[in-house]
Amino acid sequence: MTDWIEVAHLDDIPRQGARVVTTSAGAIAVFRTVDDEIFALRDKCPHKGGPLSQGIVHGKRVACPLHDWKISLETGLAVAPDEGCAARYPVRVEAGRISLSLTPEK
Amino acid sequence: MARMRLVLVGNGMAGLRTLEELLKAAPDQYDITVFGDEPHPNYNRIMLSPVLAGEQTVEQIVLNSRDWYVANGITLHTGRKIVKIDRKNRVVEADDGTRAEYDRLLLATGSKSFILPVPGADLPGVVGFRDIADVDTMVRASSQYQNAVVIGGGLLGLEAANGLKMRGMDVSVVHIAPWLLERQMDEPASRLLQENLEEKGLKFLLQKQTAELVRGESGRVCAVKFKDGESVPADLVVMAVGIRPNTELAESAGLQCKRGIVVNDTMQTFDPRIYAVGECVNHRGIAYGLVAPLFEQAKVCANHLAEHGVAQYQGSMTSTKLKVTGIDLFSAGNFMGGEGMEEIVFQDAGRGSYKKLVLKDNKLAGAVLYGDTLDGAWYFELMRDATDVSDFRDKLLFGRHHIGDSGAGGGLGDELSRVMALPDSAEICGCNGVCKGDIIKAVREKKLFTLDEVRAHTKASGSCGSCTGLVETILAATAGGDYSTAPSKKPLCNCTEHTHDEIRASIVEHELKDMPEAMRFLGWNTPDGCAKCRPALNYYLLCAWPEEYQDDAQSRYINERAHGNIQKDGSFSVVPRMFGGLCTPADLRAIADVADKFKVPEVKVTGGQRIDLFGIKKEDLPAMWKDLSDAGFVSGHAYGKAMRTVKTCVGAKWCRFGTQDSTGLGVKLEELTWGSWMPHKYKLAVSGCPRNCAEATIKDFGVVCVDSGYELHVGGNGGIKVRVTDLLTKVESEEQVLEFSAAFAQLYREEAHYLERTAPWVERVGLAHIKEKVVEDAANRKALAERFRVSQKPAQVDPWKERTEGAKTREFLPIHVAT
Repeated sequence: MTDWIEVAHLDDIPRQGARVVTTSAGAIAVFRTVDDEIFALRDKCPHKGGPLSQGIVHGKRVACPLHDWKISLETGLAVAPDEGCAARYPVRVEAGRISLSLTPEK
Repeated sequence: MARMRLVLVGNGMAGLRTLEELLKAAPDQYDITVFGDEPHPNYNRIMLSPVLAGEQTVEQIVLNSRDWYVANGITLHTGRKIVKIDRKNRVVEADDGTRAEYDRLLLATGSKSFILPVPGADLPGVVGFRDIADVDTMVRASSQYQNAVVIGGGLLGLEAANGLKMRGMDVSVVHIAPWLLERQMDEPASRLLQENLEEKGLKFLLQKQTAELVRGESGRVCAVKFKDGESVPADLVVMAVGIRPNTELAESAGLQCKRGIVVNDTMQTFDPRIYAVGECVNHRGIAYGLVAPLFEQAKVCANHLAEHGVAQYQGSMTSTKLKVTGIDLFSAGNFMGGEGMEEIVFQDAGRGSYKKLVLKDNKLAGAVLYGDTLDGAWYFELMRDATDVSDFRDKLLFGRHHIGDSGAGGGLGDELSRVMALPDSAEICGCNGVCKGDIIKAVREKKLFTLDEVRAHTKASGSCGSCTGLVETILAATAGGDYSTAPSKKPLCNCTEHTHDEIRASIVEHELKDMPEAMRFLGWNTPDGCAKCRPALNYYLLCAWPEEYQDDAQSRYINERAHGNIQKDGSFSVVPRMFGGLCTPADLRAIADVADKFKVPEVKVTGGQRIDLFGIKKEDLPAMWKDLSDAGFVSGHAYGKAMRTVKTCVGAKWCRFGTQDSTGLGVKLEELTWGSWMPHKYKLAVSGCPRNCAEATIKDFGVVCVDSGYELHVGGNGGIKVRVTDLLTKVESEEQVLEFSAAFAQLYREEAHYLERTAPWVERVGLAHIKEKVVEDAANRKALAERFRVSQKPAQVDPWKERTEGAKTREFLPIHVAT
């Protein structure tokens, strides 16, 4: 069973942008792509811990604001040749309302 | 759905690189079968010379082990040569009868040594120099026989000769031209090379034409006879007079061939199911024999096999390097010169050093370096980017670190061998903290061949670039290969094939006024660009349409979106603007109050004479700005690709040496220019006398006051590469300073590439061009200054005040979840 927590409305997040959700499990970045897909990653770049929520969102990727690593929003993996992974969190959108699970995906 | 079947004919570097790229792009699309006529898995053919010389082993140069093929589900048939392509039934057949059906066929059949059609060319003891079998033959011969003759004094011939000499043979090199490497070098450089090789014990027979290979009593070759009647003894003859693309198979299948298998820009042959890459290919009339262009082709071909259908190969510029230990040679472009060309030559026979640069229209057209090749990569970049070299032409020959580059490459000079003698822990790239060992490890493990690949994987030489020569040297010594080559025109990023200049011109010419429209019109191949092109496009649109364009916050870097500088811990720094560096006790009190109220952990004075408040949480920014705004401050733009600060000295008001009111002029300049978005950061300074306490001669725009007026300096930089400004002109009044400043800023705004500082821009376009537009043409100057003023009207809105008044503040606030 997934415990869903409603965190925001779609409109609360700028398109090609992100918002930070602060939780007991740490900061989670919730992204909205150009075609309104929603993804959630731990707000910490696998490289030097940069806040991914502050990066430029393009396609289904975000560029870390500190050293420009590209992280896949779908997998949390750094785009080659860089290597690393940011934890992914399950999200769902129902009638524009975004819910999040605080248990990261395996 | 059943997977499509891909058959690769040719188990060499170009074919396998294509498969690697394909597996990255579409790992599950094909069932792949590979045929190779050699008994080995894919190996690094460039490193055959070191293997011949006994410096490396065959095992060391294997690129894809048999395990790799298994791990990727690829069926590998080695030692089997494909002899027939049945295009109608889409089947290939090998010499042992093995057949494989295909949906897509990839031909990477490579090339073979050209064997001179002279009597005796088929005798035992006569070999080419293309593969491991040839090397084995030569190594065996070296243990049984004494006399070797290499026919051909090109790169391959010299490497073969060097290897055989190292194996203990007496080696003569026969060459038809008057000097060695006539396609890579001019005569003086070649003579130096010849002397060096003669010292190593090689013999040279120049301007000799081979007439016959003489059969000895044993049936093996015993001598080479020339057209002039002379002859030399030879137990081994290596033919290294050139290579020919292997096109027999393609021709027998009816594919169009013309000195190579003819392909289009997507690497497709005349049969749409059949692609071809590598040395067997003729692309736009050229058959490439160097690794970097072949890898470019591989990338494009893989893109189309993966059915992404966006990449195009448009040809490459190439340069060469000789792999003979202890001899350093670099050449590129048109190094022979000719009509309309100029030459700059340096020759020091005693040190064994020779450099020749060929210029055309103030641009580098070719280069030959012998002895000291550390700057080869830099010259190659200048050629590729068609940089105007007129401003540093006098220092061009002495290399990159003589033109004001104090980076990591400086000081190492021409001691190439020293680079390789460095320990693995030696730092090569100071910007990114990359050691020699890191580079070697990445090159070996990731199989890197080009400078661009090393940059992508290690970041070495990716920032200031001053260690490029060192990185290149390490790369060449580790993997062999030639210098990096890229398509002759450099697109803005991978989302487009257009250059910065083309995009800027289109935006203006076709009146493209928003980003989706620009991407559509220019044929972007990604839905919404990337982190490289979006900020650039946003700036170009803003610059072209200052009054109409709706700024796209999501296409700005976080610093510009949050109007502060992001720090390594994710906090921000805040710098209030102080015009000309002037402030009042009330200003200082207000800043102190803000620092207290928000418990600012650190306060520091910046290099640009402003006060910096560090460690601010993003959610505190709007409230802090409100307090600063209420006290009369506006944003200092210390975070933006924007006009930053005007640094000043006290000037005539107080200083006993001051000649003009430098502080007052600084305030006026800052009032004129604050808020302006630029291609990159942009700094000004005004010094009150030539003692230049404000350091105006390392700024983007610097004013040095003198008794009779104001000297205007441009294009300086105090960063990674210190660059002293060029003197633009001298003017008499403050009004003129302001007008020239506005005009210069606007010219930079309109012409520079995004993220190009004024220093490289001035070097690229040349000071003469800037003088022509800003100094000599008064009407143009006034027009530029007017366009600058127009763009400043919407730009001089304080972003801090806007936010405190409620615009777009939501982004600053986190969403809290109680759990």
